[in-house]
Amino acid sequence: MDKQAFFDEMMGSDGQTREPYQTFHEMMSSVDLERLLRKSGEAEQFFRKTGITFNVYGQADADERLIPFDLVPRILSAREWRTLKLGIEQRVKALNAFLHDIYHRQEILRAGRIPTALIENNAAFLPQMMGVNPPGDIYTHIVGTDLVRTGPDEFFVLEDNARTPSGVSYMLENRETMLRMFPELFSRVGVETVSDYPMLLRRSLAASAPPACDGSPNVAVLTPGIHNSAYYEHAFLAEQMGVELVEGSDLRIIEGRVAMRTTCGFEPIDVLYRRVDDEFLDPLNFNPESMLGVPGIFDIYRAGGITIANAPGTGIADDKALYAYMPDIIEFYTGRPPLLKNVQTWRCSDADSLAYVLDNLETLVVKEVHGSGGYGMLVGPASSKKEIEAFRAKLSDNPSNYIAQPTLALSTVPILTEAGLAPRHVDLRPFVLVSPDAVDVVPGGLTRVAMTEGSLVVNSSQGGGTKDTWVLSDE
Amino acid sequence: MSSHMLGRTASGLFWMMRYLERMENTARLIDAGFRMSLTRSRTQRSEWESVLTTAGAKTLYMTAHDDYKTASVVEFLLADRDNPGSVISSLKLARQNARMTRTALTRDVWEAINGAWLTLNELIGTPKDRDNLPDLLAQIRQQSALVRGTINGTMLRNDIFHFMELGGLIERADKTARILDTKYYVLLPSSASVGSSLDHVQWEMILRSASAERAFHWLHGGEITPGAIVDFLIHDTRLPRSIAFCYETIVSTLEALDACYDQSSDALATARGNRDHILGSSSATIVGMGLHEFLLDLIDRNAGLSDVISQTYRFNT
Repeated sequence: MDKQAFFDEMMGSDGQTREPYQTFHEMMSSVDLERLLRKSGEAEQFFRKTGITFNVYGQADADERLIPFDLVPRILSAREWRTLKLGIEQRVKALNAFLHDIYHRQEILRAGRIPTALIENNAAFLPQMMGVNPPGDIYTHIVGTDLVRTGPDEFFVLEDNARTPSGVSYMLENRETMLRMFPELFSRVGVETVSDYPMLLRRSLAASAPPACDGSPNVAVLTPGIHNSAYYEHAFLAEQMGVELVEGSDLRIIEGRVAMRTTCGFEPIDVLYRRVDDEFLDPLNFNPESMLGVPGIFDIYRAGGITIANAPGTGIADDKALYAYMPDIIEFYTGRPPLLKNVQTWRCSDADSLAYVLDNLETLVVKEVHGSGGYGMLVGPASSKKEIEAFRAKLSDNPSNYIAQPTLALSTVPILTEAGLAPRHVDLRPFVLVSPDAVDVVPGGLTRVAMTEGSLVVNSSQGGGTKDTWVLSDE
Repeated sequence: MSSHMLGRTASGLFWMMRYLERMENTARLIDAGFRMSLTRSRTQRSEWESVLTTAGAKTLYMTAHDDYKTASVVEFLLADRDNPGSVISSLKLARQNARMTRTALTRDVWEAINGAWLTLNELIGTPKDRDNLPDLLAQIRQQSALVRGTINGTMLRNDIFHFMELGGLIERADKTARILDTKYYVLLPSSASVGSSLDHVQWEMILRSASAERAFHWLHGGEITPGAIVDFLIHDTRLPRSIAFCYETIVSTLEALDACYDQSSDALATARGNRDHILGSSSATIVGMGLHEFLLDLIDRNAGLSDVISQTYRFNT
């Protein structure tokens, strides 16, 4: 792809500083590169000192890593944010309605709007959830929507992370770091706050308390443990919310409630923000090999004894194979066309689509249906002939395991390099909280950035970095 | 928010401090052993052997080494990741427990522990010449003091704090007992050497390991007698590393925990029993039954208390 084809969020396509960046760019231009690089070093020290790290699987030695942080913020105007916010709210509402429907009457299947096979044969579909009514009728309490941008007004949804979206701790710590590094910037540029996220999260979770809860809801975060890649985030969120961080071994079913073992005996939990996958949640009801979950928790859940956020079986809503149907799903449940666009998607299980994908591998991005974190994907334009051929074999072997999308011209935002500012591709993950009373979209989100020139892969597991995301306040 | 913390968190806090204390004591032992090896090269073998015995690591050491060369013993106690009691392993475990209990720690405490890990892992984590060993050992003590200071300066005096205290004190009581017991394993060349300058140097090493040599001299002048040292390290409640001091504080900490939970626990009863036993045994009794036997019994009772605390506060089940 031609380099000029990419939209740069700071410099625009005409090389003029775009409006949201004006104050920032002016101030940056007056600071010399050496000072910025020094600041960048300080920021890294700050992250290391506070232990903001993630664990990399399969690398015993380098077991904790820092995600590269870039000093140049990603800035969105109040108007741009409003558009995104409306689109995200619409999507999240549709997702919840869809989940309720799929686990109840399945009207969308009866109406023939999506193929029944797509649900029935789907590993993310949880038959045990049929007819279950989650407290407050909320399935996805916490959503992280992945967006990419290709032009001034072109935003596309790449994925709806409706199971256990991670990264919110980086959004918060990135802001904290920027406030420490450049306090003067924030006094000149009006930036919406993100720091009330933990309070909103706690309030939102408490508002979804189950019928069995009497008095003020007892909330806890469930983590697989300190070896999980996102353990830092689990601990961070529990700490910020002022709730317990529990592991499966701390929990037991007592008198129809899920209770945690405290220094003075067992105490019931009302709302569990779980960061453990469905499969490992309950060895009695799901994977019997799992040591991470709580035997019998699902039975308590079904009886209204606890709220699990996000609800078991939520994964069916963000399954990559279902993604192609999101516009239909949104229209079916909201009665309106989607405000945010989907990326054109070929499901390789379909013979015609597969033929097209195999013919055009060098221009497409191919992903595993159940993959995440940038693992097991092919970025055609960035791959060698050999890599493409190797992938072709895997794809032909098991077509229904893959989807393909066109390689989008992802927008760029400059990062700070030794040689000064240089454009790199970014995406954006805003975080959404859903409770029976409200949908909150925190103004900002996690901007992920490909640190390597030309690369379109922004995942932290693949060496991607992050930026603070600023939503400008309305003057 | 529940009013009580998780049993696992209490356990994590308790063990975090045990490991931190263990790290510091191992560094003190290396310091004492190193000093001996400098002044008494002829008898190096038995001093390093007794240091390893005190650290409870002699058997493990002997699986990989066939002599007591200063360099290999130091490396083993300082940086060997296969030695669970080495400085680096203890610190790693302390930090792991801190990560596990992070929601219970102030940011300052977490950063102090994480900082200790980053600093010391850099300094001792990769094999290199130990030409600056005394300096390195001082840094280990300093990092440990920094963490302790941050805890004292920023933590709420509630059950969280009490569990941390208990872990540190129980480990310290154990280590002081073991340090005293070292003398049993250091073989004097002959009975005629009792009271000799070698005997004298060994007792001094024991005082140094407990950071108590200055305090001892304040109290007793230059006169070093085994009886006075034994009495000082076991009975003197003014000395922060004495067994009596540890037990007085363990008892008051468990009293505070009982008050906080409105109960009267087995843990407190056991601790009081241990304390009374320690304070009630005069130096004469101890010498009568044999110092080594007394210390073994004490180490046992101390471990027993650790178990009772773990059961009382549901560390595991």
